[in-house]
Amino acid sequence: MTTGSLTAGRTRFRLPRKQIPVLATLALLLVMYAIGVSQYTAFSNVQVIFNVFIDNGFLLVVAVGMTFVILTGGIDLSVGSVVAMTAMVSAALLQDGMPAPLVLVIALLIGPTLGLLMGCAIHFFEIQPFIVTLAGMFFARGMCTFISGASIPITDGFWTRMSQERIGNPQGNFVSISVLIAFVVVCIAAYTLAYTRLGRNVYAIGGNPQSALLMGLPVGRTRIAVYTISGLCSAIGGILLSFYTLSGAPLIAVGMELDVIAAVVIGGTVLTGGAGYVFGTVLGVLVLGVIQTLITFDGSLSSWWTKIVIGGLLFAFILLQRLIGIRYK
Amino acid sequence: MNDTTSRYRTMIGHRLFWPAAVLFVMLAANTIYRPGFLSIELKDGHLYGTPIDILRLSAPLILVALGMTLVISTGGIDLSVGSLCAISGAIACMYISKQPDQNSLGVVLTALAMAMGIALVLGAWNGVLVAVIGIQPIIATLILMVAGRGLAQLITQGQIITINSEPFRAIGLGHLLTLPLAIFIALAAALLVAAFTRRTALGMIVESVGGNAEASRLAGIRSGRVVFLTYVLSAGCAAIAGFMMTANVSSADGNAVGLWVELDAILAVVIGGTSLAGGRFFLGGTIIGALIIQTLTTTVYAMDISPQTSLLFKAVVVIAVCLIQAPAFRARFRRRRRNVPPPATIADKPKEQVPA
Repeated sequence: MTTGSLTAGRTRFRLPRKQIPVLATLALLLVMYAIGVSQYTAFSNVQVIFNVFIDNGFLLVVAVGMTFVILTGGIDLSVGSVVAMTAMVSAALLQDGMPAPLVLVIALLIGPTLGLLMGCAIHFFEIQPFIVTLAGMFFARGMCTFISGASIPITDGFWTRMSQERIGNPQGNFVSISVLIAFVVVCIAAYTLAYTRLGRNVYAIGGNPQSALLMGLPVGRTRIAVYTISGLCSAIGGILLSFYTLSGAPLIAVGMELDVIAAVVIGGTVLTGGAGYVFGTVLGVLVLGVIQTLITFDGSLSSWWTKIVIGGLLFAFILLQRLIGIRYK
Repeated sequence: MNDTTSRYRTMIGHRLFWPAAVLFVMLAANTIYRPGFLSIELKDGHLYGTPIDILRLSAPLILVALGMTLVISTGGIDLSVGSLCAISGAIACMYISKQPDQNSLGVVLTALAMAMGIALVLGAWNGVLVAVIGIQPIIATLILMVAGRGLAQLITQGQIITINSEPFRAIGLGHLLTLPLAIFIALAAALLVAAFTRRTALGMIVESVGGNAEASRLAGIRSGRVVFLTYVLSAGCAAIAGFMMTANVSSADGNAVGLWVELDAILAVVIGGTSLAGGRFFLGGTIIGALIIQTLTTTVYAMDISPQTSLLFKAVVVIAVCLIQAPAFRARFRRRRRNVPPPATIADKPKEQVPA
């Protein structure tokens, strides 16, 4: 309300206030890329960008699902474990000789089912999302080790083909199929959020669940749908990860939920819900990927600098959101 | 008969009833499975036995959960405690490992003071982010959670630092009056926090800030300062817990120390009956919650199940306890039971709505 009266004063130059965090992320990404190009000659190779996508395709898909949840003002801590569980289940089933299409269907059903259950617990029993998804995280991670304590290799023909297939141009630049799948997911999610009734409901609930309910929007159904979507995205992410690593390991993707939340926040989505874009999340994932690439290129910096830099960036972006005056709790 | 039912109802309704019942059932199940579970024996002047082990191993979790209880009761949350454990342990071990005489008490005390000081500064950073800048607690502490792991690894240079210092080792494994020292440290911290919050007005002030920060500010309470204090306290508790964890193994590993302890601590607080929405806290419940979690872990080890699978049990316990405590679930359940004898219970219904 106060922001409205503030903006009214300066109509001359109106950067769309809502888009400032996304634009800042874009600027940061460009600056980081420019630094990389100026420091290392090999950085300007197009393949470097493609590699960022190849290495972070599964993260991107999971982050898209998390964007939905955070937009409604919730949080989903179970994503990392669900990714691991999906990879683990598909590896175990393939090892038992089940045909690949059936495995795909089963693996893709587990995540949404768990998400649906968590959404129901959150909506019907009014338990905090934080606690419910924490239990989901424990459950999925426990299932991983329950299936097998050691990592299971995948030798299935379909999986190896998906993993090794390179789609590229004659210059030798290529992307993997995972990247294309990730792109399809991003496009569908962006369309859903921007142009469908479900997307509008998500924003409305994030803005103010009380008024959304009074307006007659299906708050409960949307909330459950959002956690199911996040579960589905985690499942797809798990499949992509198993394409990438060609194995299922019980301790893979530990702590991934934090990377995902960081990517969503750096991408400009407000944690209290109601404001943010899928495009911002894509940028957030790219920022994380480019940081990793820069640190790899440098060679002298140790891996822990990644965490420190991500922490610093998180701080900077939250401060930025605060300064712009986007409504916080 | 009416008297006994009402007494029965107040007992069931007591905040500590369900957590205590869960703990009791778990201990009983263990004793049935392994009759020697509860036996304690005296060896070389020290008490040994599974119950003592559970107490000793739950000491760090109790400490972290104590700080977390106060933070949560202000309506916040502190995700950075695990990283703070790692940082404080790393600093203490780093300093001790550089000294010529690792067994000197002075060296250990200096190391502890230094690590504690830095942990308090980091806690103050959290406090400033939440109370002064007004960032959402979950995200403000997420920053230190992510960056703190990096800092801990930076301090140890990615190595596991091993030390050989008797006084430091005593924090985790020492004995006092036949019982492990760690139990007394946790107990002292719990009593101190309880005395400051329940014997003075501080506890009520914390709860009022959690209930409604703006209203309590208008009532003359410096809400910001109270919130800030809880984060500093939480960091202090985490630092002591970090000392215990590193002292237990006489080494500091920036990656592993205190990993996921924040989740366990939040769990302990919630099991103890403190609402994540803030406004109420139960220190006794938190301690029982921490004991439940440690008993669960010990049970899983004792039953020869893979330690990682214990997460599965943890998930079941979390869901069960949360469902039991969720008002919506209880109301649903009660309504179903009420359909059988309708007249007696209708009068009770408004009474139960009142305290909320």
